[in-house]
Amino acid sequence: MGIVSPGFQGRPRRGDTRLPPGQYLTEGFPVLSAGPTPRIPTDRWEFVITTETGQEYRWSWADLMALPSETPTVDIHCVTKWSKLGTIWQGVSLDTLFTEVDSAADFALVHSYGGYTTNLPLEDLLDGQAWIAYRYEGEALAPEHGGPARLLVPHLYFWKSAKWVRGIQLLLTDEPGFWETAGYHNYGDPWREQRYQGD
Amino acid sequence: MARAAVPGRLRGRLIWRVARLVERREETPTARTLLFQVPGWPGHLAGQHIDIRLTAADGYSTQRSYSLAAPPDEDRVELTVQQVPDGEVSPYLTQVLGIGDPVEIRGPVGGWFVWRPTATEPVLLVAGGSGIVPLMAMVRARQAAGSRIPFRLIYSVRTPQEIYYAAELRRGAPGLDVTYLYTRVAPEEVTRPPGRISVYDVNTHGWPAEFEPTCYVCGPTGFVETVADILVALGHDPRRIKTERFGPTGG
Amino acid sequence: MTEGYAGLGGYDGYGYDGYEDGNALAGPLREIFTVDVTAATCRCVSCGRTGEVATLRVYRHAPGLVARCPGCDAVVLRLTRAPHAAWLDLKGTTALRIPMSEDAVSV
Repeated sequence: MGIVSPGFQGRPRRGDTRLPPGQYLTEGFPVLSAGPTPRIPTDRWEFVITTETGQEYRWSWADLMALPSETPTVDIHCVTKWSKLGTIWQGVSLDTLFTEVDSAADFALVHSYGGYTTNLPLEDLLDGQAWIAYRYEGEALAPEHGGPARLLVPHLYFWKSAKWVRGIQLLLTDEPGFWETAGYHNYGDPWREQRYQGD
Repeated sequence: MARAAVPGRLRGRLIWRVARLVERREETPTARTLLFQVPGWPGHLAGQHIDIRLTAADGYSTQRSYSLAAPPDEDRVELTVQQVPDGEVSPYLTQVLGIGDPVEIRGPVGGWFVWRPTATEPVLLVAGGSGIVPLMAMVRARQAAGSRIPFRLIYSVRTPQEIYYAAELRRGAPGLDVTYLYTRVAPEEVTRPPGRISVYDVNTHGWPAEFEPTCYVCGPTGFVETVADILVALGHDPRRIKTERFGPTGG
Repeated sequence: MTEGYAGLGGYDGYGYDGYEDGNALAGPLREIFTVDVTAATCRCVSCGRTGEVATLRVYRHAPGLVARCPGCDAVVLRLTRAPHAAWLDLKGTTALRIPMSEDAVSV
C-alpha cells in the first residue's frame, strides 16, 4: 500500500448491496472506446449468426424492427469499476433470434463493426439473459454507446456487451476476444470480481 | 537558477517517490500551481510529465498524469492543476492537500514531446487552454539555460481570466514572442474578434516553414488536430510537428 | 494528460474524438522497460507506416490502453495493467527501433 494522503477519500466505494465488489456507483454514462466510433447507417446494417458449420442467419435493420422487442431494466457493471443501476433498454431477446438456429456449439464469439470481438459461452446469451439492444432510456442508441445496436449481457462485465454488434460466430471450441487476449478474464462475472486472467 | 536536467543515464524502471507539497499558488480562479519537494528527484526535461498517486486511509488508490510546468529546481517539481468539477483527484489537489502533506510521484516520463536546451532550431509553441503547461516548461527551460533560440508562443484561451502564468508571460523575455488568441471574450484593445485558431493566426504569428522550426502543439484533441493540419498545410515538415493531445476524463 | 486538463473537455466546440498521443504510453511503458519506448520507431503491420510510438493514437478510456496507427487505425500495441501483472501486445508492429547511445540515453 502506498503512502496515505491525509484527507483523500476518493470516490464513494461501498454501502450499496446492489454493487458488486470493488465497484462504485455512477449517475453518468461513461463512454469507453478502444478505437474510432463506427457510424453505421441502418440501411447498411445487418446482423448475422454463423454456426459452426458455416450456416448463416441474417437480419436487416427492418427485419430486426419487425421482431417482438422487450424493455429490460438492468444494472450494468464496467470492469473499469463503475456501475450504473436501473438502466432501461429496448431490444430483441437473443432467444428470439436463436429460435431457428440449429447448432451444437457451446461457445460464441461476438463481432462488431470496427473489428472488436468478445467471447462468452453460448448459454450465457440464452434464457432471457441477453438482447440486441437498440434503444436506451427511450431514445435511439447513440453511436458512442454502441448504436445503432449493441449486445446487452448485463450479468457479465460490460465489455462483453459488445457495441456496434455485427454478428455472432458459434464455435465448438472457445476463442478469446479483444480484451480476453489482453489480460482480461475469459468469463467476467462481476459478482466474483473476475476482472483479469487468474482472478 | 534551475539545475540542468541529467537525462543521460539509464535510470532503470520507474519508482514511486514520496512528494510533499511546499507551496500552492492561484493561477486562475480554477487552476492552482503546486510545488512539491521530491527527495531523490532525478531531473527532467521540459515537456515531460509525471504520474501522481493518491492513497486513501483504507488503501484505495488512484493515479493521474500531469505535465511538469517548469524545469527542475533541485528536488522540486511544479505542476499546474485545473480543477475539474466533481473530479476525484483535482479538487483534492487544488483545495484539500495541505502544505507538508505527502502524495506519491513517479517520473519523469515521455522522451518525445521534449525540448532540449542544446537544440538550435527556432521553436513554435501552440497551446490550447491548459495545454500551455508543458510549453511553459519549455519557455522556462530556455530562460534557465540562457538560450537565445527564438521562441514564438501562440496561446489560445477562452477569456483573459483563464491565462496561466499571466504575470510571467507579460514580463516576457528577449527572443520570446507571445500571441494570445481569445476564443470567447477578448480584451477591448484586441482587434481580432474572438474565435478559434485559424490558418491566418498560425501564418501570422508562427514561423515561416522555410525557417524549419520545431513545432510543439498541446491542447485538447480537436485543437491539436486543427493546428497540426494547419501547420502541414503551411508547409511544415510533419516530422518537426510534435503534439500532445489530451481528452476529457472521469476526473 | 488526463485530469490535469479535463476541465477543457469539449473545449470551445472542438470535437472530441477520443484519442490522445502515444506520449500517454510513456508512464505505463516505463513501468516495464528501462528505456523510453515512446521514442522508439514502430512499423504498422497493417499498412507499413513507420513512425515514433509517441505518434500513435492512444485510446485510454477503455479497460486497457490501445494504440492505433494514425494512418490506418489498425491496433499497433495494447497494454493492460492488472494489480499483479501487465499484458503487452505488440503484434501490430513488425519491430521496434529503439534509439540507443553510448550512455544509453533514457529520459
